[in-house]
Amino acid sequence: MTEALEPTQSNLSPVPTESWISQFGDSGFRGISFLAALLTASIPFWMCVLIFKDARPAIAKFGLAFLWTQEWNIDQNLFGALPYIYGTLVSSAIALLLALPIGVAVAIITSEKVLPEGLQTPIAFLVELIAAIPSVIVGLWGRFILIPALEPFQQFLYSHFKWLPIFNTQPFGPSMLMAGVVLAIMIVPTIAAISREVFMAISQDLRNGAFALGATQWESIVFITLPAAISGIFGAASLALGRALGETMAVTMVIGNVNEISTSLLNPGNSIPALLANQFGEASDPLHVGALMYLALLLFLVTLAVNAIAAVLVRTLTRNA
Amino acid sequence: MLMFSSPNPLPSKPLNPTKTAQNKEEQPPIPVIHVQDLSCFYGRHKAVEGVYIDIYERHVTAIIGPSGCGKSTFLKTLNRIGEMESNLRIQGRVELLGKNIYAKDTNLNQLRRQVGMIFQQPNPFAMSIYDNVAYGIRTVSRPSRSVLDDAVESALRSAALWDEVKDNLNQSGLALSGGQQQRLCIARALAVNPKVLLMDEPCSALDPIATLKIEALIHELKEKLTIVIVTHNMQQASRISGYTAFFSTDEHRIGQLVEFGTTSQIFLEAEQPSTRDYVAGRFG
Repeated sequence: MTEALEPTQSNLSPVPTESWISQFGDSGFRGISFLAALLTASIPFWMCVLIFKDARPAIAKFGLAFLWTQEWNIDQNLFGALPYIYGTLVSSAIALLLALPIGVAVAIITSEKVLPEGLQTPIAFLVELIAAIPSVIVGLWGRFILIPALEPFQQFLYSHFKWLPIFNTQPFGPSMLMAGVVLAIMIVPTIAAISREVFMAISQDLRNGAFALGATQWESIVFITLPAAISGIFGAASLALGRALGETMAVTMVIGNVNEISTSLLNPGNSIPALLANQFGEASDPLHVGALMYLALLLFLVTLAVNAIAAVLVRTLTRNA
Repeated sequence: MLMFSSPNPLPSKPLNPTKTAQNKEEQPPIPVIHVQDLSCFYGRHKAVEGVYIDIYERHVTAIIGPSGCGKSTFLKTLNRIGEMESNLRIQGRVELLGKNIYAKDTNLNQLRRQVGMIFQQPNPFAMSIYDNVAYGIRTVSRPSRSVLDDAVESALRSAALWDEVKDNLNQSGLALSGGQQQRLCIARALAVNPKVLLMDEPCSALDPIATLKIEALIHELKEKLTIVIVTHNMQQASRISGYTAFFSTDEHRIGQLVEFGTTSQIFLEAEQPSTRDYVAGRFG
């Protein structure tokens, strides 16, 4: 017995199983991976701590009243965040309102069998390509092409709907509405791409189930596919909202950068990222820097909250589905 | 040895309905579906070639054969659902009650209400049990609540699910067990009163007990409607079907109907050697 095994053993023995590579490789790799993961995971906390540290002078001085104060006077060291919070939320909301139906429509067109395949893939590709455009280019295009092109539209809204509080001021180009439109263009690819993947992940059997009962393609999409995809679409929308809230360059270029709160969407406004980009260079006073950092902290927390809420909702929705 | 528990085809049925069904006897069963020289293509690739078959009313016809022989593709031509999911192209004729379903004026939605389908994976919609069953009815009409209630109950009873769910009709269809989900799908299909029910390996995702329940259900359903079932399970085919069609691939990987006959014929005295080999478990 032992003799019969010997050749195999002698074949194995020269293999240096205890070399330093194999000895160290496993634990070393695990250690390096763990360190990398730990480092990455700690970045948000680290950032939060640093931003909080720099924001402390402003937090100490203004407290929570910062959130609902409108004044922003650098000379008198008076800082209030409300116009920027308002501008950020409103421009993002407009963007989401415009982009969600379009993005979902693109996702449906490019995933369901409504167009020939030869058309679907190019459309999906081109829409996703929008996401690759640097935001400064989108902003430049928005400022010099989109705003002049949509000038008549803004005038039309003003002249026909000025009885609505949201359209009751004379437009002059840059406005909250334009910021929303530009943001919408930028987040359509996010919504379209993620929703498309969600639609494509839905089992063909589910659609067939509807078809087999005599449902039309329209009925199958609206009543079967869309409800099944709703949690995924929600996830797509929340990611897009996160992007819209934080978008800086393009918004700065089309929002008008006016520190005012106006119900009218045709009025210019400002947003947190736009203000930060415009003022970080000239801020030297610790309180001014602190106020900017306070705003950064707010944006940080809001985007974090949006994503966290979305994640929780998506999870419960998928569980119930 | 192969055992036949049920249902042995009655002696009065013709013993030899061959491909073209030429030599029918005095009391031939009525063909609901008549397939004539049907070929299927995926793009340029020919998947199924030259199928002639009659599907007889109020019988279960089992379609057996090795993987990739085109039996599912063939099944999905009978209610034209295959073309919804891929670039499937059809040549030939499929007649449902004498009318070519591949004619230009075919109303696909009407066709699919006449030819229902059950899928491999139970696919209840993400809605309540009640709404699942009512879905097909609601696509055509808006009946009053009491009419709808009755229709839902009767469909659930026909699918042998009523007693298990009657107190939880508002519960999500997805909360049911796999076997119950599949019976819910059957109830959903029955609710629109189809003439033919296509089943694409309806038990392959189910455990043996759930499978037995579905088989018992199929046995009952064939009193009222015509069933075509694709199955990998030859015991199942022999247990539930009156007729069996054996599909296989030729040397070019093109699916063909090799032999069609009563189930006892196919399982006990098949003419083609490949049929004999397949039912004896020698390949596939």
